[in-house]
Amino acid sequence: MTDAAPKLVCRNVWKVFGARAEDSLARIGPDAGKLLAAGLIPAVRDVNLAVRAGEIFVIMGLSGSGKSTLVRCLSRLVEPTSGEILFNGRNLLAATEAEMIAIRRHKMGMVFQHFALLPHLTVLENVAFPLEVQGVPRATRDARAREMVALVGLAGREASFPRQLSGGQQQRVGIARSLAVEPELWFLDEPFSALDPLIRRELQDEFIRLQSRLQKTIVFITHDFDEAIRLADRIAIMKDGRIEQIGTPEELVLHPATDYVREFTRAVPKAKAVRVASLMSASPPPEGAPAIPARATVAEAGGALASGAGALAVTDATGRPVGTLHREDVIRLLLAGTA
Amino acid sequence: MTALPAPRLSHARALWLVAVVLTAILWLWGQRLAPFAFDYPKAWQIPAARWIGNAINWLMKEAAIGPLAFSDVTRFIAALIDAPYRVVLSLLSSGLLSGEGSSAVQLWPPLSWVAAVGLFALLGLYAGGLPLALTVTACMAFVAVFGQWQSAMVTLSSIVVAVPIGVAGGLLAGIAAWRLPWLDRALKPVLDLMQTMPVFAYLVPILILFGFGPTAAVVATLIYAMPPMTRLTTLALRRVPAEIHDLGRMVGCTPRQMTWRVLVPASREPLMVGVNQVIMLSLNMVIIASMIGAGGLGFDVLNALRRLDFGAGLEAGLAIVALAIALDRLSQALARRASAPPRQGARHPYLAAALALVAVAWALGLILPAVQTYPEAARLSTSPFWAAAVEWINVTFFDMLEALKNAILTTLLVPVKRFLLSLPWLGVVALLGLAGWRLGGWRLAALTAGLAFLIAATGQWEKAMITVYLCGLSTLFALLIGIPVAIAVANRDRAWTVTRALIDTLQTLPSFVYLMPVVMLFRVGDFTAMIAVVAYAVVAAIRYTVLGLQGVDPRLIEAGRAMGCTDWQILTRIRLRLALPEILLGVNQTIMFALSMLVITALVGTRDLGQEVYIALTKANPGNGLVAGLAIAFIAIIADRLIHAAAMAQREKLGLEGGG
Ligand SMILES: Nc1ncnc2c1ncn2[C@@H]1O[C@H](COP(=O)(O)OP(=O)(O)OP(=O)(O)O)[C@@H](O)[C@H]1O
Ligand SMILES: [Mg+2]
Repeated sequence: MTDAAPKLVCRNVWKVFGARAEDSLARIGPDAGKLLAAGLIPAVRDVNLAVRAGEIFVIMGLSGSGKSTLVRCLSRLVEPTSGEILFNGRNLLAATEAEMIAIRRHKMGMVFQHFALLPHLTVLENVAFPLEVQGVPRATRDARAREMVALVGLAGREASFPRQLSGGQQQRVGIARSLAVEPELWFLDEPFSALDPLIRRELQDEFIRLQSRLQKTIVFITHDFDEAIRLADRIAIMKDGRIEQIGTPEELVLHPATDYVREFTRAVPKAKAVRVASLMSASPPPEGAPAIPARATVAEAGGALASGAGALAVTDATGRPVGTLHREDVIRLLLAGTA
Repeated sequence: MTALPAPRLSHARALWLVAVVLTAILWLWGQRLAPFAFDYPKAWQIPAARWIGNAINWLMKEAAIGPLAFSDVTRFIAALIDAPYRVVLSLLSSGLLSGEGSSAVQLWPPLSWVAAVGLFALLGLYAGGLPLALTVTACMAFVAVFGQWQSAMVTLSSIVVAVPIGVAGGLLAGIAAWRLPWLDRALKPVLDLMQTMPVFAYLVPILILFGFGPTAAVVATLIYAMPPMTRLTTLALRRVPAEIHDLGRMVGCTPRQMTWRVLVPASREPLMVGVNQVIMLSLNMVIIASMIGAGGLGFDVLNALRRLDFGAGLEAGLAIVALAIALDRLSQALARRASAPPRQGARHPYLAAALALVAVAWALGLILPAVQTYPEAARLSTSPFWAAAVEWINVTFFDMLEALKNAILTTLLVPVKRFLLSLPWLGVVALLGLAGWRLGGWRLAALTAGLAFLIAATGQWEKAMITVYLCGLSTLFALLIGIPVAIAVANRDRAWTVTRALIDTLQTLPSFVYLMPVVMLFRVGDFTAMIAVVAYAVVAAIRYTVLGLQGVDPRLIEAGRAMGCTDWQILTRIRLRLALPEILLGVNQTIMFALSMLVITALVGTRDLGQEVYIALTKANPGNGLVAGLAIAFIAIIADRLIHAAAMAQREKLGLEGGG
């Protein structure tokens, strides 16, 4: 997966809010302090990132760190003040409004924090809405919408109105709607933040299930680090509009690049982020040791170790043994996590 | 509004003191030294009335864009309104006629009263179930039984034509204002004027432009009823959550799809409130519009009022109320239906039932004339009863009522009026400017002082002061009654429910209806006018005070209790204190209500600006009417802006969010 071509690239993107932001940025230069002093709000500062095809790229940061603004820049819902955004190698900022409409209609889908369902439409009509806007004939779009509603587990509720559904169900509708056009790029802006913890967990599982089937390229926003490590292939941590570090959950936990990231990852149980592959030794496993996939997290290996095994055989995707996971290494990692 | 750094409080007090003392000195001794400060010199007067008169003349006779004369435009608009009006009128009232005037022959009868009541009932059933159906039927039956059917259908025809035009026009203007910020800025003062300008004032130009008749009446109704729809539309579109906008753009809506598929449907609840407003305001205009030829119930009321035939006037007035209640409840129920999930496939049986009803009623009407037209013999009239009752009250209580009236007149009304009339205009303008500057900076100061000066400069100071005196005293009384009532009911659920039902109903009454009983008891004059105004405006005082009191955070009241406050302390130190911004807005609304009613009381012989407007109307003198109307609008705007600024300052001080 690591060598897949980037689907979406973001180069030196700035978004400055305020009067005549573009002139000001050009005049003052890319200096957040001076921009702030001039009464402008640099919500996104010099962001560089590349999202690879088929990965779940999570953007994570506290409230006000600029996540929503960044993701809206990526879909050009807000106009970046400067920089470049390449989608399939093509600069989105050079696209005309008509081209943007076409791209959004066919290639992008978005899920919103507060669901953004249209109150006057039924579940089915809401899900079919993106297709209706494109002028797809009724029979085709209804069939497609029905399929999507079933996919998110809401079959039978097609004729309900949004206000008759629970929050979790409403967000399922939001997800179904965003998938109706079979987007290449799927944006989710804090899709589960407005939900109770239990429902949130349920929808995260649902999301993982969907992604294993659909293999979309995903940009997922959250302010919840647990959610980020559960879902992410890679995470970008944002602070004050700037990206502090981009890496796999494991890299962030084991090698935080800045104090801010260290502070963030300190409370996270390392076993949940670190993968077996990074903790194993290359030595061949002892005869008869239980197997564990290299991609699994250390926490997932916990069960086997707790039931008495001193070492586990680490296997790759094909099931071939590639190394050994020693109990002592796991304990050391866990102790380091609590120290 | 960017306020200049205003001086600190102690300075401010001193400033006020100096200003008031200076004005007092001017008032006491300035008469001889500076007579121009008291009577605005004739030589400096702005002849605005003449200018306006000339402008309208020019518009009618000469104005043209290329080959298209202005009068063609008005004729076109008239035709646009006239055609649907004729269709609806022949459907509801006159039937299909051939020929003109008295020699006309009815080719096809209008909708029979039985069918019309039945249709109303069906609509009620569809929109709100059996209770609504019964209410609506009762209202319409009332109209028929009291012999008001013919007039009511004429009135209904102009409503049926005016409301869709008003809604569509308001919606489009609102959307345009939402899209284009410059249009919004330009429209705002226009809407302000349309809403504060007394209707009488623009009746004259409309009369001149469109001629006497129902078309002119519909135009006047539109001017009166459209602004709230426009405002509500812009507001509703602004309130659509940002996420819904983002959704629309993400699924690739074109701008048109965005407006009509996403934003307008997403805000249809507030939009339906706008529709209801248009209906109610149109009904409110019914009587006034009859002055320029609307006919119908309004004409009957007006006629009765002129003849002082209370019984007849009351019946026609109550018929308007019945119509208002029916239309109000129906439109509210339809709005609720629109926002609630619809029951599937429930429409066709209603449509079928309606068609069947019309057909059966028509067939029956051919055989039984009583089905077609409500029989004369079954008509009830309470007119003689009311005439007798009023006579009895007047005979029995004449001395008492007269004594009461005279006492209040001599101890309160006359002195206040004298005092206000003796004030130098220059001093008042200066004080208004000072108040504006303190509350909202130099811009507000320029506005308040400027508008007040214009009133003086157009030679209307004296009349304006009479308006201020009547309006001020009425507002005071309305508040003195309204605020205690509000305090009494705000925290008692049952009492508030009853009160709210009552004031909701009071608000659906056309303002003329308030005049009737008062005129019966006190005849014409300032006192009568004041009572009618108080009765009309008290509703606003109650509503806003309750709103403010109910909005007080209950935790603060609990905290007060915990600190050992008595009930009185909790009321005065916490609840009223925190509700002050809303109460101030309530005062504002009360003043607006009072001003709009005051104009109507010109019919009972006040001598204020309203009278000026009314006289201009009867003489068809557009200049005088508009100038006096503008003066009233200026008073309203000055009061509105000052109080609004004060309320904002209060809000800020209390740390409540600075909405508005
Ligand atoms: N339209 C705007 N005008 C001015 N400032 C804005 C605008 N939109 C966002 N901001 C500012 O940009 C900054 C980043 O906002 P953004 O909504 O992107 O944060 P976020 O990380 O999504 O936060 P949250 O988790 O609360 O959604 C904030 O300081 C916000 O006040
Ligand atoms: Mg956000």
